[in-house]
Amino acid sequence: MSENHEHKHHILSIKTAGIILGLLLMLTAITVAVSRIDLGFMNVAAALALATTKALLVIMFFMHMKYESRFMQGIVFLCFLILAIFIGMTFFDLAYRGG
Amino acid sequence: MSSNSLSFWEDSGNGRTGIMAWLTTTDHKRIGLMYMYVILAMFIAGLCLGLAIRLELIAPGRTIMDAQTYNTVFTLHGVIMIFIVVIPSIPAAIGNLVLPIQLGAEDVAFPRLNLFSWYLYIGGTILALVSLFTGGGAPDTGWTFYVPFSEFTTTNVSVAVIAVFILGFSSILTGLNFITTIHRLRAPGMTWTKIPLFTWSLYATGWIQVLATPVLGITVLLIFAERVLGVGLFDPNKGGDPILYQHLFWIYSHPAVYIMILPAMGVVSDIIPVFARKPIFGYKTIAFSSLMIAFAGSLVWAHHMFTSGMSDTAVLIFSLLTFVVAIPSAIKVFNWTATLYKGSITVDPPLLYALGFIFLFSVGGLTGLILGSAGTDIHVHDTYFVVSHFHYVIFGGTGFGMFAAAHYWLPKYYGRMYNKTVAKVAFYILFIGFNLLYFPLFIIGLEGMPRRYYDYLPQYQEGHVISTVGSWILAVGVIIMLVNLIRGFTKGEKLKGRNPWGAATLEWTIPTPPPLLNFDKEPDTSRKPYDFQGVTPDE
Repeated sequence: MSENHEHKHHILSIKTAGIILGLLLMLTAITVAVSRIDLGFMNVAAALALATTKALLVIMFFMHMKYESRFMQGIVFLCFLILAIFIGMTFFDLAYRGG
Repeated sequence: MSSNSLSFWEDSGNGRTGIMAWLTTTDHKRIGLMYMYVILAMFIAGLCLGLAIRLELIAPGRTIMDAQTYNTVFTLHGVIMIFIVVIPSIPAAIGNLVLPIQLGAEDVAFPRLNLFSWYLYIGGTILALVSLFTGGGAPDTGWTFYVPFSEFTTTNVSVAVIAVFILGFSSILTGLNFITTIHRLRAPGMTWTKIPLFTWSLYATGWIQVLATPVLGITVLLIFAERVLGVGLFDPNKGGDPILYQHLFWIYSHPAVYIMILPAMGVVSDIIPVFARKPIFGYKTIAFSSLMIAFAGSLVWAHHMFTSGMSDTAVLIFSLLTFVVAIPSAIKVFNWTATLYKGSITVDPPLLYALGFIFLFSVGGLTGLILGSAGTDIHVHDTYFVVSHFHYVIFGGTGFGMFAAAHYWLPKYYGRMYNKTVAKVAFYILFIGFNLLYFPLFIIGLEGMPRRYYDYLPQYQEGHVISTVGSWILAVGVIIMLVNLIRGFTKGEKLKGRNPWGAATLEWTIPTPPPLLNFDKEPDTSRKPYDFQGVTPDE
């Protein structure tokens, strides 16, 4: 059976990969630094925001989602949107508890 | 397209015969029937447990079992009925039988994955049964596995939660299969606005199965981790949060209610126009309301937690959102009623069960608003009011929906008709028994009778006695209905034509029983699913 749909594999340049790696390392340093500051209930939000940014960079560049079709991007985005809604709405409880 | 005149009963398609032909089949119809047989067996088991619970509660104090046995019996009743019977009942059993044919397809998109889903379902079911007889005995946590009790009870919760994890995977794969089938395998001309509403409901259900079930999987694994490793995620002594467990559990388990009810709504949407001989009123709004229910229903989980110690802000927001779900649900009920209005109604068994659904679901839905409203919920939370509301929605809704689907579609697959008079008698007995069983529970719930209690004050006994008598009448109705169906499908009158009800969807255009690959000629997708012009019953 012949393969009808051809995939064009995007090759990430060393330079781009290096920049992303640098950004990830920098964000890791920020994560460590932020963990030493008490932001109250925003502690979790800050940690999640940083982790999400790092994950986004990995998914977009190292996992090549930036070069995928709009449909694939949409499906992946939908999953993260649902996750964000679940986590975000849980904060209606956590952020206001005891208040 | 197959030109084979053999039915799927005679042509296994895999060259095998006997039991192996079934166990290795990838035919969606055979897989649907295999789901149905297991679901039926487990339904009877769950029903017997329910009857035992009711019998125990006929009088205060010990009647037929001790308190610990009672705790395990109601947990088992819940776990079996929710995870093994109700969730797969319409989607996996009836959905497998009907969905591909309604789309004009030969099978689902991933037939082998479909069989794998069934094996996961069987594996999960067996493991759930194993949890009863091994380790420290059957779980006694209730089907919700609430922490901290589920972390520390010595009963066999670890095995039970792994069983639920496996059952969840089965559900995810079925949902994925149906979504892909609807997107990729529609016959030419089967546009989105020609898809029957039952399949539309399965599409909305599929998305909930795929997006919400993983949360349950993770949550029950976390219980396992808590029990085995003592991680402390939900243990306040270790900095954990027990309310977080309730969030995680209900993020899945409230949408799961819509996994249960949406397909039943699809069944009703398909049945009512056929027996009213009128196109469905508001096709697009019913289809869209399924998606709306799936979406909005995923955002209301914390209304189960108003008394848990959650923040008042969350109580306010989740209470408001709960009322939003009532809108698409009401759209469906109004549209069904409008379809019946001035219709040429034939009161055959499928319509009776569908009407039973509308009545009982409406009672369940409206009492849900009392529970969704934070102020009134404080009063009735964890009382029999909740038990009654839940059973009106799930048994009165999904249960009657499943009965309606069985009376509507199964004659097509078995090629034989049941006794319609007996089916109607069974319905009336069921309906009376159902209301006698559950309505008194609203009253004693409002009076303060707490749920899950083994013992109670004498003031509640009258309601419990009426309810228990109702459970016996209901059981008689179920037995008559099942015997009539089984007798009909084995010894009943053979169907002569393809379309006994005069329906317009594709499954009624193919031979009875269907051939292995469903269609003996190219499916004609020119007709809309509820356009009955020129279509007459050919029984």
